[in-house]
Amino acid sequence: MRSLFRGLVPVCRKEFLHIERDPGTLFFALLIPMLQLLLFGFAIDTNIRQIPTVVLDESRTQESRRLLERFSSSDVFALKIYARSPDEMYAAIRSAKARVGVRIPFDYARRLQDGTSASVLVLVDGSDSTVAGQAVSTSTGIALQASVVRVLPTGNMPIEVRPSVLYNPATRSANFFVPGLIAILLQVMTILLIALSLVRERERGTLEQLTMSPVAPLGLMVGKMIPYGVLAFGELCAILFVMRVIFLVPIHGSVLLLLAMSLPFLLTVLALGLVISTRAHTQAEAFQLSMGTILPSIFLSGYIFLIDNMPSFFKGISRLIPATYYIQILRGIILRGAGMRELWLNAVILTAMGCAMILIAARQFVKQSSR
Amino acid sequence: MTAIIEADHLTIRFGSFTAVRDVSFQISKGELFGFLGPNGSGKTTIIKALCGLLPPSEGTGRILGMDIRKEAAEIRRHVGYMSQKFGLYEDLTVAENIAFYAGVYGLKGGRAVERTREVQNLTGIEPYMNRRAGQLSGGWKQRLALACAIIHSPEVVFLDEPTAGIDPVARRALWDLLFQLSGHGVTFFVTTHYMDEAERCGRVAYIYLSKLIAIGTVGELQRLPDANPPGTSRIQIATSNPSSLLDGVRKMPGVREATIFGRSIHALAQTDQLDTLRTQLPQSEVEIIEPSLEDVFVTLTYRIMEASK
Repeated sequence: MRSLFRGLVPVCRKEFLHIERDPGTLFFALLIPMLQLLLFGFAIDTNIRQIPTVVLDESRTQESRRLLERFSSSDVFALKIYARSPDEMYAAIRSAKARVGVRIPFDYARRLQDGTSASVLVLVDGSDSTVAGQAVSTSTGIALQASVVRVLPTGNMPIEVRPSVLYNPATRSANFFVPGLIAILLQVMTILLIALSLVRERERGTLEQLTMSPVAPLGLMVGKMIPYGVLAFGELCAILFVMRVIFLVPIHGSVLLLLAMSLPFLLTVLALGLVISTRAHTQAEAFQLSMGTILPSIFLSGYIFLIDNMPSFFKGISRLIPATYYIQILRGIILRGAGMRELWLNAVILTAMGCAMILIAARQFVKQSSR
Repeated sequence: MTAIIEADHLTIRFGSFTAVRDVSFQISKGELFGFLGPNGSGKTTIIKALCGLLPPSEGTGRILGMDIRKEAAEIRRHVGYMSQKFGLYEDLTVAENIAFYAGVYGLKGGRAVERTREVQNLTGIEPYMNRRAGQLSGGWKQRLALACAIIHSPEVVFLDEPTAGIDPVARRALWDLLFQLSGHGVTFFVTTHYMDEAERCGRVAYIYLSKLIAIGTVGELQRLPDANPPGTSRIQIATSNPSSLLDGVRKMPGVREATIFGRSIHALAQTDQLDTLRTQLPQSEVEIIEPSLEDVFVTLTYRIMEASK
C-alpha cells in the first residue's frame, strides 16, 4: 500500500513550493474565476423585461389607446417607436430597433362596439427564442384579460391562476445562474492548473527524471492533486462568499454538506486534468484540450438547457459529464435546501468517476514513460 | 568478479521498429563504462530498459543481480540517473532540489542531512544552496544534477550525455568527480558523443543501428582486426595544407578512407601501396600511426554501411 503511493509527500511538498514561487500565476488563477463570476453574475438576466416595441395605431381611438396602455404597463413591453405606416413598422423590426410590433387596425374600435371579433396584429422577431416566447405569451394574456373585462361587467375572472414559485420566489436569475457557474469556474481553473503543471514537467525533462526514480505513478498523481485541490477548495469558499454577500443568493441547505459534496467533484476534475496532461505533449496542447472541456460542460450539463428536453443521445452524454452531477448538487443544496438523502447518488457517481479517471491517468502515464 | 550491470541478449522492439538488437555486455563494480553511438542508435533505450522502465521484448538484464523484468521498483532505489536535461526544478533553490530528491528516494531525518552534507562537499555546491537552480550556470546545474542523482548513495549511476553543451572546464571537473566516485566503488554507465570523453573511460562500447558493434578497453578497440583490416595501415600525412590535399589523397591508389586531423590527414591505406603514396606526396611526411578511437568507430561504421548496401 505504501509503495503504491511512494513519493507522494515529497511531490506534494514540492508542488506547494512551485505555487508559492509563482505568485503571478496563482493570482490570476484565483482572480480570473472571481472576475468572471462578478461579470456573468451581473450580466445574465433571463427574465425578459422592457422589450423594445414598435406601435402602429391606425385606429387612433380611446379603445386602442387603452389596449396600448395595457401593453406598456405590463413591464414586458416598452413602447418605443410609433410608426406611421406598415413599412415603417417592418423597417423598425428588421433593423432590430424593435423586437415586437403591435398593429391595431383602423376598424378596431368599431368591431369592438359591433360585438364582432376585433383583431390586433402582434409581430414578433423570432431571432431570439426566449424573447419571442415571452412576447407571444404576454400579448395573448393581455388580449385575454381585455376581452374578459369587456364580457364580464364586474371584471372578475371566473378562474384565476395564482402561480407560486418555490425556492426562488422572485425568480432572480442570479439564484439560478450563479450556483451553476460555480461548477464551470472551478472546473476550468482546476483542470488547467493541474494539467499545465504536469505537462510543464514533461517539457522541462523533470518528468523523465522522476520516472527513473522510485516515485510511483499514483504517488506522483495524488501528490499533485492535493495542492491544487486545496487551492480549488479555497477558491470555492471565496466564490460562495461572493455569491452570498454580493449576489445575495441564500444558501437554503447545509453549507458544510455543500463543501463536503464539492470534494468528489474536485477529485473528478483534478483527475480529468491529469488524464488531459498525459495526452498532451506541450503546454499549448494541454491548454487547448482543457478549453475543449468547457463547452460541453456548459451546454450539456443542464447549466443552461434542460437535460429533460435533450434528444436521448445527448441525455446519455450529459450523464458522462461531471459538471452535470455537481450542478445538481449545487442547485439542490443552495436553492432547494436538499440534503444527503436527495443527493448521495450524485456524490457516489462523482467519486467513482474520479477514482476511475485517476487510474486511467496512472495507466496512461506508465505506458507513456516507457517509450 | 560479479557483474554489477549486465545485459543478456537484450532486444527491444517498438512495433515493427527494433530499437535494440541482441545486446549483451557485463560491467563490473567501480567501472567507468563509456557508451557511444549516434543519436537514435538506442543508447537511451538501453538505459531505460536497464532501469526497469521498459520491459525488453527478448532477453533480459540484471542490475546488482536483480532482474530488470521482475525487480524494477527495487532497482530504481539503487540506481542514480542524470540526463542531459538535468531534471532540475528551476524555480526551486539548490537546497530544495536536493531535499526533493532526498525525499523521493526515501531518505529521512538525520540520514538526509548527512547525505546532503556529503554531496555538498563532493560537488562544492555549498555556496549556492539558497540560489534558484535556474540562475546557476550550465556547469553548476550539471553538478547539482549529479548531486541529486547520487543523493541516495546509489551503487550504479547512469549518465545520459551528461556533458552536452557544457564548457570544457566544467566537463573536466565533472569527469574528475566521476573518477573520484568510481574510486569509491560506484559503477558508472556514461553515454557520450565526445571521443575524448570515451577515451577516458575504462571500457567503451559502440552501438550503431541498434546493434552493439564493439566493446573493450581503448587499447583493445585500437587493435581490433575489423578496424585494422589485414594488409592496411593507418597513416598520418603531415602537410601544411590538408584541405586542398584531401581530395587528391582520397583518389590515390590503395587509399580506403581519409579525413583531416588538424594540420594533417589521417588515412587508411593498403600497406603495399605506401611507397607509391610517399613518392606521390614528396612534400609531406607520411608515417604509420595507431588508429584513434574515432578512426576505429568510423571504420567500423563504414564496414556496416557497406555490408548493408
